[in-house]
Amino acid sequence: MKRAFLGEFEEVVLLTVAILDEGAYGVTITQEIEQKTGRSVGFSTVHTTLQRLAEKGFLSSRMGGATAERGGRRKRFFTVTATGRKALLDVKQVREELWGSLPPQTLQLMGS
Amino acid sequence: MRTNRHHSPPRWATTLLGWWTDPNTREEVEGDLLELYNHWVQTVGKRKADWRYSLSALKLLRPLARKQSNQPETTPFSLSADMVRNYLKIAFRNLVKNKVYSFINIFGLAAGMAVAMLIGLWIFDELAFDKHTKNYDRIAQLWQFVKFDVEKSSYDAVPIPLAEELRSNYPDFEAVSLSAQRSGILAAGEKKFVKTGNYVEPDFTKMLSLNMLAGSAAGLNDVNAILLSESVANALFDSNPINKLLKLDNKQTMKVVGIYSDFPDNSTFKNVLFIAPWKLLLATNDDTRSQQDQWDSNSYQILAQLKPGADFGQVSAKIKDIRMKRDDPPAYKPEFFLHPMSKWHLYREFKDGVNTGGFITFVRLFGIIGSIVLLLACINFMNLSTARSEKRAKEVGIRKAVGSVRSQLIAQFFIESISTTLLAFLLAILFVQLALPIFNQIADKKIAILWLNPWFWFSGLGFSLFTGLIAGSYPALYLSSFQPVKVLKGIFRTNRYAAIPRRVLVGFQFTVSVVLIIGTIIVFRQIEHAKDRPIGYSRQGLIEIKMNTPELASRYEAIRNDMLTTGAVTDMSESSGSVTVQYGGTTDFSWRTKTPDMHPLVMSNFVTHDYGKTVGWRLLTGRDFSRAFSTDTAAMILNEAAVKLMGFSTPLGELIHQGGRHYKVIGVIKDMLKEDPFKPANPSFFVLSYANINTINVKLAPQLPTSEALAKVEQVLKAYDPLTPFEYKFVDDEFSQKFGFEERIGKLAGGFASLAILISCLGLFGLASFIAEQRTKEIGIRKVLGASVFNVWRLLSTEFVLLVLAAFCLATPIAYYLLSDWLQNYQYRTDLSWWVFAGAGAGALAVTLLTISFQSVKAALMNPVKSLRSE
Repeated sequence: MKRAFLGEFEEVVLLTVAILDEGAYGVTITQEIEQKTGRSVGFSTVHTTLQRLAEKGFLSSRMGGATAERGGRRKRFFTVTATGRKALLDVKQVREELWGSLPPQTLQLMGS
Repeated sequence: MRTNRHHSPPRWATTLLGWWTDPNTREEVEGDLLELYNHWVQTVGKRKADWRYSLSALKLLRPLARKQSNQPETTPFSLSADMVRNYLKIAFRNLVKNKVYSFINIFGLAAGMAVAMLIGLWIFDELAFDKHTKNYDRIAQLWQFVKFDVEKSSYDAVPIPLAEELRSNYPDFEAVSLSAQRSGILAAGEKKFVKTGNYVEPDFTKMLSLNMLAGSAAGLNDVNAILLSESVANALFDSNPINKLLKLDNKQTMKVVGIYSDFPDNSTFKNVLFIAPWKLLLATNDDTRSQQDQWDSNSYQILAQLKPGADFGQVSAKIKDIRMKRDDPPAYKPEFFLHPMSKWHLYREFKDGVNTGGFITFVRLFGIIGSIVLLLACINFMNLSTARSEKRAKEVGIRKAVGSVRSQLIAQFFIESISTTLLAFLLAILFVQLALPIFNQIADKKIAILWLNPWFWFSGLGFSLFTGLIAGSYPALYLSSFQPVKVLKGIFRTNRYAAIPRRVLVGFQFTVSVVLIIGTIIVFRQIEHAKDRPIGYSRQGLIEIKMNTPELASRYEAIRNDMLTTGAVTDMSESSGSVTVQYGGTTDFSWRTKTPDMHPLVMSNFVTHDYGKTVGWRLLTGRDFSRAFSTDTAAMILNEAAVKLMGFSTPLGELIHQGGRHYKVIGVIKDMLKEDPFKPANPSFFVLSYANINTINVKLAPQLPTSEALAKVEQVLKAYDPLTPFEYKFVDDEFSQKFGFEERIGKLAGGFASLAILISCLGLFGLASFIAEQRTKEIGIRKVLGASVFNVWRLLSTEFVLLVLAAFCLATPIAYYLLSDWLQNYQYRTDLSWWVFAGAGAGALAVTLLTISFQSVKAALMNPVKSLRSE
C-alpha cells in the first residue's frame, strides 16, 4: 500500500493544525509549535510548510473576516482535510508497528 | 499593549514584502508577521523583534511568484453568466429609455447594412455569371479585331469556315462549335410560341455540359432533331415530349430528342430555349449556305473549348493570322483571338485591340458606393454611441464604487454595442428580404438571400462584430478608465478636442452625400440629353413586325394594299431590320474621290419604296425613292454623315460603287439615330430591295385608337399567314430600351444617394439633439440674460452649417473629376453646368438646416426656468 510521504516537520505542522482545530492560522501554529516542542521555528518555515501541505491536499484554507489589529488584513485559517487525516494515521500506524516489533531487551535498554 | 502600538516593524522589510512576496498569500502573510512582531516586541524586545521580522520577511520573498487568476475572491470573472444577463438587461433598458436615439442608431445602421448586403449580393451574382458551367475555365468565344479606320475595332462575329479550320489544323482545341441565335416559331398542335434558340453543332452540348432531363443530346446529329429547354417543353406539351413532333417556323417538322434544364438566369445562354442542329440552318437558310465558304462574311458565333493545360493567350497568338495567311487578305486585316468565358460578361469592351473592361466598371462602382454607404452608417453609429456614452459616466462611477473592475466594464460596453449591431444586422436582413423584389426589378436580376451560404453569415456577423467593437471601443476603453471619485463628484468633463473626430466624420458624411447627389443629377441629365436628341424619324405610332415565315415574304404589294384599305394604317413598308437597330455595314463601298487608303465601314440598309414615308425621315436635298422612276432600283439615299465622309458639296447625281453595282445618289436625309444614342450617327446608305428584307414597318393611323388599329393589322396579316402568332413591337418601346442600362444605373445611383442622405441626416439629427441636450443649461442661462430664439438657433446651427459648407467645398472638385471622367465614355454628352453643383450644395444645406433647426428651435423655445431648476 502506497503511503503518503510526510516529512518530520510537515507531520508536526499537520498535527498542530489538527490540535488547534478552528483557530489554526500562521501565528497560532508557529506559537503552538514553539510552545509544544520547545524549539524555535521561523514563521517563514511554518508558512512555507503550510503552503506545501495545502498544495499536497492535506490542508484546506479559507479567509477569515477582516480584523482591526492586523491593519485590516484577514487571516487565513487552515483545516486538515480527509486526505490529511489519513496521512497522519498512516504515519502513526507505521510508528506503532515499528515500536511494536522492537525486541523487548532493546526496549529495556532504552530505559522505558 | 497600548504602548506596543507605537512600535512598528522596519519599514524597508515591510516594503520589500509588499513588492515581492507571493501575491496570492500577501494579505495573510503581512497580517501574520505584524501580529508576530507585536508578540515578539512584548516577549523578546524590539531589537530582536526587528531582527526576526526582517529575517522572516526576507525569507518570504518570492519575487517570481505570479498571481493566480482563478481565485474568485480577488478577481471576479468578467463574463460570468449572471453579469452577462445583467449587461443585456441594462443594454435593453438603455435602448428603451432613449427610444429616439436607439431608433436612429439601429435603423440607420440597419439601412446601411441592408444597402451593403444588396450590393454585395448583386456583385456576387455578377461575379458568378457563367461560373456554373463545368468547363468554365476552358471555354472561349472566337472574336476578331478588324481595322476599318485608324483604330482596331472588335467583333464577336466570325466567318463560318474558321470553325473547320480550327477543328482540323489546331490540336489545342478539344471542341469547336458554330452557333447562331435566331428566334423561331415553335408550334405543337394548337400551341404556338415565338422563342429564341440556337442553331449549333453537336460539340456545343458537350462543351456546355447540358443537364439533360430526358432523352439525349446525341440525337442532335439528325437534321430534324431538336432539343427543348424544360420551360418550353412544359409550355408546348402536356405529356412526355420525347419523340413528339413540332413545327419550326411553320416549315420544318422537328422531332424532340431531348429536354435540358433551362440555363440559369445569370448565364450567357439564358435565352437559349431550344437547340437545333446547325445542319438545319444550312439546309433551310440560303444566306447561311452561301456564306459557308466565305472567309470575309462575318455573321456567326464560334465557341471553342481548349484541351486541359492549353493557354488562351498562346492559342490566340497561334490563330491570330489565319485569315491574313490565306489568299487575297482583306484590307481590314482581321486578327482572330479567343475571349475566355470568364471575361464574357464583365470584360467585353476593347479599345484598339486592348481589353478595357466593360461592365466590371459598374461592379466596382457599386462596390465602392456600397462600402461608402455602409461606412456612413457606421460613422453615424459610432458618433451617436460615443456621444451618448458620455452620459453614462455616472453609471461607470457607481459600478466601480460597488466593486466592478475595469475588465467587467469593458465587457459590459462591448456586449452592449455588439448586441445593438447584431439587432441592426437582423433588421438589415429583414430590409433586404423586403427590398429584394423591387431591387430585382430595377436591376433586372433574380437574386435571393444566400441563406445557406456560410460566407454570407460569416461576413455579415463578422461585420456586425467589427462595427460593434469599433463603436464600443470608446466607452469600453475610455469611460472605464475613469476614477469613480471624480466622476461621482462631477469633475468629469469631456476634453474640448473630443468633438473633433466627430466633426471630421460628419464632414466626411456630407462630402460623400453631396458627391452622390451631384452624380445622380448628372446621370439623369445625361439620359435626358440623349433622349432629347433629334432622331431623324418619327416614332409616333410606328410598329414593327418580324417576318419569319415564307407566307409573308414576296407578297408586299398585296399586303400593303390590304393594310391601307383598312384605314387603320397611314403607310406600310418593309426593311432589312428594325429602325432602332443597325444590323450591318460594309467596306465594299467606293465613290469618285475615295483614296486607296480609305476603307470606312458604311452601314447598309435595304428598304422598300414606302420606307421613307412610313418612318418619316427628313430629306435635306434630292428626293425620296419613287415608283415613277424605274431607274430607282439603282438609286441610293445617303445620310448626312455619309456625305460628310465623302466630302461632297453637291452629292446628288454622284455615282457610288457598292456590291458590284453602281448606284446614283438621289437624296440625302438627316442622320437617323439607329444605334447607340450616345454616339454620333455612322455613315449609312439606303437602297431599294424587295428580297433582302425581314421587317414590316407599319405607321398606325393617328385617328384610330391603338388597340383597334392593331386588331385590324392583325386581321390582315392573319389572312396571309394564319399560323404565325401576331407579334409586334412599338418603336417607341424599342427606342427607350436603348437607355435601359443607363436608366438602371441612374435609378440605382439615385436610390443609394437618397439612402446615403437619409442616413447622414439621421446621424445629424441625433447629434444635434444630443448637443442641444448637453447645452440645456447654457441655453437657459443665455435666455435668462436676454438671448433671442434666433440667437440660440444660430448658436446651435453654425457649427453644422460650417461643416456642410466645408463638405461642399471638398465634394465639388471630387464630383467634377469623377463625373467628367465618366462622361468621357460618351461621345454625345451633357455638360457639367455649375448650377448642378450649386443646386446639390444648396439642397444639402437646406436639408441640414431643416434637420438641425428642428432640434435647435426646440431647445431655443424651452422655458429657461425648467432647464435651470433641475438638480
